[in-house]
Amino acid sequence: MSANFSAILYLISGVLFILALRGLSSPETSRQGNLFGILGMIIAVTVTFLSVGNFTAGFIYVLIFLAIGGSIGAFIAYRIPMTAMPELVAGFHSLVGLAAVFVAISAFINPQAFNLGTPGNIKLASLIEMAIGAAVGAITFSGSIIAFLKLQGIMSGAPITFKGQHILNALLLILIFILTFYLCSTQSSHLFWIIIAVSFLIGFLIIIPIGGADMPVVISMLNSYSGWAAAGIGFTLENTALIITGALVGSSGAILSYIMCKGMNRSFFSVILGGFGATEQSAGTQNKEQKPVKSGNADDAAFLMKNASSVIIVPGYGMAVAQAQHALREMVDTLKKNDIKVSYAIHPVAGRMPGHMNVLLAEANVPYDEVFELEEINNDFANADVAFVIGANDVTNPVAKTDPQSPIYGMPVLDVEKCKSVLFVKRSLSPGYAGIDNDLFYKENTLMLFADAKKMTEDITKNL
Amino acid sequence: MEIDPFIFRLSIFILTIFVGYYVVWSVTPSLHTPLMSVTNAISSVIIVGAIIAALSGNDGAVFTSSSIFGFLAIILAAVNIFGGFLVTQRMLAMYKKKKKDK
Repeated sequence: MSANFSAILYLISGVLFILALRGLSSPETSRQGNLFGILGMIIAVTVTFLSVGNFTAGFIYVLIFLAIGGSIGAFIAYRIPMTAMPELVAGFHSLVGLAAVFVAISAFINPQAFNLGTPGNIKLASLIEMAIGAAVGAITFSGSIIAFLKLQGIMSGAPITFKGQHILNALLLILIFILTFYLCSTQSSHLFWIIIAVSFLIGFLIIIPIGGADMPVVISMLNSYSGWAAAGIGFTLENTALIITGALVGSSGAILSYIMCKGMNRSFFSVILGGFGATEQSAGTQNKEQKPVKSGNADDAAFLMKNASSVIIVPGYGMAVAQAQHALREMVDTLKKNDIKVSYAIHPVAGRMPGHMNVLLAEANVPYDEVFELEEINNDFANADVAFVIGANDVTNPVAKTDPQSPIYGMPVLDVEKCKSVLFVKRSLSPGYAGIDNDLFYKENTLMLFADAKKMTEDITKNL
Repeated sequence: MEIDPFIFRLSIFILTIFVGYYVVWSVTPSLHTPLMSVTNAISSVIIVGAIIAALSGNDGAVFTSSSIFGFLAIILAAVNIFGGFLVTQRMLAMYKKKKKDK
C-alpha cells in the first residue's frame, strides 16, 4: 500500500473519531457516534497491518496479543458495575499512558522500524517528540494509578501534603527539560531512561496531594494528558490519525477539567496544588452541637411526599456508594402512580467524574428527559413541594451564596432550601468533603432522614 | 523554499484542537461519562505505533528488545480499545427517553 494512500485512510479514521465525539451531542445520535469510532479504529488498525506488509510469524503473535488484550477489555467492560465507572476510566487512562511509554521506548531502541534514523543517530525532531510522548505518557500512567487507588479506596482519599512539595515538583519538571536537552545532544539511552523514571515520579507526586472530591477534575485532567501523550507519539510516527485523536482527546479533557473547576468555583491551579479540605476541617465543626435539627423517619418522609404535587430529587456521590439508584427509581415510580411530578437535579460535580450521576440514573432506567442540569432546574425549586436530597451535601449548601468567609463561597449550588420542604437522606450530621457544616440541616423546613440511602429509599416506598 | 512536512502535521494538530474545542462543548453534560470512556478508547489508536514496533523484528527473531515493548503496548492498547468502546456502548444503550404511552 502506498504511503499516500495509507495517509488518506488514516485521515478518514481521524474524521470518524471527530464524528464519534460529535454524536455525543444528544443521546439519540450517540450510539451511531460510537459505531463511527469503532469503524475509525478498524480502519486505522487494518491500514497499519497492510502498510507494514510483514505477514510473518510476528504477525500471528500480533493477532494473539491483540486477542488477549481484547478479551481482557471486553470482559472488564461487561462485568464492571456502573458505580465503578470513575475507577475504570482512571485505570484505562493509565494503560494509554503506559502504551505511549512503551511505543516511545521501542522507537528509541529501534528507530529504523519507524524511519527515524539509526540508534545513536535519531533525527533531532523525532527525539524531542519521543521524549515528550514518553514523559507525558509516564506522568499519565503513574498519575492515573494513584487516582485509581484513591477512587478504589485502597489509598486514602485524603490529600497527602508535605513541605516543599510544589518546589520539588517544579524542580523535577525543570529537570525533565534539562535532561531532554542533553538527550538531544548526546543521544544517550541512559538519559532517556532517566527522563521516563522522573516522569513517573512527577505523575505520582502531582496526584497524591489532591483530595477525593476533586477527583472529577483529576480524571478529566488525566484524560487530557493521555491525549497529549498520544499526540506526541503521533508526531514521532508521523501519523495523522494519532495526531488528530491526540488533539481531540487533549482538548476534550481540558474542557471537562474547566467545566468541573467552574462547578466548584475553584481555579484549576488551586485544585492541582491540592490540599483542599484538610485545613478547613476545624473551622466549620465548632458550634454545630447547639443548633437544633429535625429528624424524621421513612413514614414522615412518605407522608410529605404523598401530599406533594412536585418532587425534585438531588442525587450525589452517596447514592453511588449506597448503590441506591434502583431503589430510588422504584420510589419515583410509586410517586408517579400517585400523579406526583418528579424530576432530577444534577450538579456538575456530583459524583466522582463528569456525568457520573446521569449514567447511574440511566442504568436504573430513569428517562434522560427527566434529568436536568443545574441551570435548567434551579428556578424550579421555588415552586416544588419537596426536595429529596440523597447522597449530596456541599452542592446544596446555601452558605455558598450567603457567607463570603466560607471556603465554598461563590460555588454554584442547587437552591434546594427554596423548596417548601427538604428531605435530606444522610447517615450522620458530619460535614461533607469541603469540611464545612451545611446550613440546610438546621433550616425550619428540613427534615433529616438518618439512614443508609438505599434502605431509607426502600422504606419510604413501602410507606407510600 | 520547501515547507517541512512537520509544519503540515503541526497545522493538523492545531486545527484539530479547535475542532475538538467546538465539538466537545456541544456534548450534552449528561453524556460526559461516555465522552470520557470513548475518548479513552480512541486515544488507544496508539496501537498503530505498537503494531509497527511489534513487527520491527526480522523474520528470524520475532521477539527483539524493541518488538517486546511493541507487543506489550498492543496488549495494553487492545484492553483499552475493546474495553472503552464496549463500555461506552453499554452505557449509551441505557439512555432512554420517556415512554410515550405512559
